[in-house]
Amino acid sequence: MAKKKTLNTKVSIGRLKLKNPVMTAAGTFGYGEEYSKFLNLNNLGAIVVKGLSLLPKQGNPPTRIVETPAGMLNAIGLQNIGIENFIKEKLPFLRQFNTPVIVNFFGDSIKEYAKAAERLSRVSGIQALEMNISCPNRQAGWSIFGTDPKVTSKVVKTVRNATDRTLIVKLSPNVTDISLMARVAEDAGADAVSLINTITGMAIDIRTRKPKLANITGGLSGPAVRPVAVRMVWECSKAVNIPIIGMGGIISAEDALEFIMAGASAVAVGTANFVNPRAAQDIIAGIRSFMSGQGIHNIKKIIGGVNA
Amino acid sequence: MSKLFRSSVRENRKLTTDHYLITLRPLKKIRKPKPGQFFMLSVDSGLDPLLKRPFSLHRWLGGDFQLLYETVGKATNILKYKAPGNVLEMIGPLGNGFPAGPSKTGILLVAGGLGIAPVFALAESVSSRRPLLFLGAKSRKEVLCIEKLRSLGIRPTVTTDDGSLGKKGLITDILIDFLSRQSSTCLPVGKVVNRYRVYACGPKPMLREMSRITKKFRLKGYLALEENMACGVGACLSCVVNTTDGLKRVCKEGPVFPAEEIIW
Repeated sequence: MAKKKTLNTKVSIGRLKLKNPVMTAAGTFGYGEEYSKFLNLNNLGAIVVKGLSLLPKQGNPPTRIVETPAGMLNAIGLQNIGIENFIKEKLPFLRQFNTPVIVNFFGDSIKEYAKAAERLSRVSGIQALEMNISCPNRQAGWSIFGTDPKVTSKVVKTVRNATDRTLIVKLSPNVTDISLMARVAEDAGADAVSLINTITGMAIDIRTRKPKLANITGGLSGPAVRPVAVRMVWECSKAVNIPIIGMGGIISAEDALEFIMAGASAVAVGTANFVNPRAAQDIIAGIRSFMSGQGIHNIKKIIGGVNA
Repeated sequence: MSKLFRSSVRENRKLTTDHYLITLRPLKKIRKPKPGQFFMLSVDSGLDPLLKRPFSLHRWLGGDFQLLYETVGKATNILKYKAPGNVLEMIGPLGNGFPAGPSKTGILLVAGGLGIAPVFALAESVSSRRPLLFLGAKSRKEVLCIEKLRSLGIRPTVTTDDGSLGKKGLITDILIDFLSRQSSTCLPVGKVVNRYRVYACGPKPMLREMSRITKKFRLKGYLALEENMACGVGACLSCVVNTTDGLKRVCKEGPVFPAEEIIW
């Protein structure tokens, strides 16, 4: 036990200090409440809440998810209660915990992104903002926020001017060169980038000859995407100087450590929350036990520590 | 309060070509589930299948409990090979369960196919109130639980699609006949409303028809719904259904909804 106490798992994302590098991924942990009876929210590095927009959104019609080998396709379509309802109904609960709250948000125009960021920055109890420019399930045309470098630059710059909070930009893997997008975000003023969002995919019911999702396509997550995500984190870590939050199919501490060694300063647990509501907490414990087993006293020593 | 817990398999019995009854013993004490509540269950510890699957309570045995399932996909075709002593991880009990009606009203239970899984749990809990059960299935071999129901003193009215047991046709048509007789012989349509509560589970077309029937006869009805779900605890928003009160989650606000609330 004495040895355990000497482990330093603290990491920084911009001005945001985390007691450990494990957070939850947006859209997989609700507004925190849903999981509070399964784990101690105080143990988490940060809580990233379900993506919010200025006004509530309905999302897509069902069927919204379908399982695929070692993963799942989702097309929830960013259903959410809206920023005002979140502030009124959900944030007071989250304020009780000694864990930073990161609000994931999005807009349907550059103006909406800026307005949302501005509104969220006027509220206490929100330590950082994560800009979602990479959901694969929005209407046609929306994807340019995360796939057209010019638009990405413009929207990130605009949001940067609208908030003084730590600003994380969540990147899409559905691009030719994600490291270019990471550089664009860095140049536009992002404090950190998070990746990957889901990979656009499709599944077909061969008997009805219909797509399994009502939205036709959806975003693939889960262990199936992990090697792609690790590779992308590694590429981005060579391209930018800002911290990277790595995610994509992390189920275990070993998976999380892969991302950290690829260059991620922190990681987010997503689909695994659905499988095991205590996943994030178990992963933190697993990282600590790996560190003590390997004689690693400070997690920072292994960030980007891959010998490649 | 729902929990993450593990259960050991006591028995996993094949009932028909495609139906199994698994008896589980929780390794830690869990709250007694209500009929209509469900469990999310990992059929394996591997990554494929990855997500837990929802199974509604079939029978509570005072600590042990049973789930009735049909082998329809990858997960259930793994589950059928689980043997006594195997340990499965699960979350539950989840969802709202069937609401108990006022004790004076008669109870009509309607089950289609595997819909009998949760409807049996309810039948058992209200058996002293002499519920009437309407049970529909594709064919004779898919008519489940008849013996167990008899031992509760319940003799279901049965229909099958092919007429191999009971009347040939849809169970909802038999229900309409029954309600029409009730209405015309002893009560004006409007009065049936206070006399019965209807509880149903089955395939979507059947439940849609149930919404129509309960509306027509002005009956209070409750439907247990099913949707693809990832988390079971209200976080992923996969299992939403459209209701007169906006989108609701089958796992959290459901799986049991008032029949008039669902927008089909």
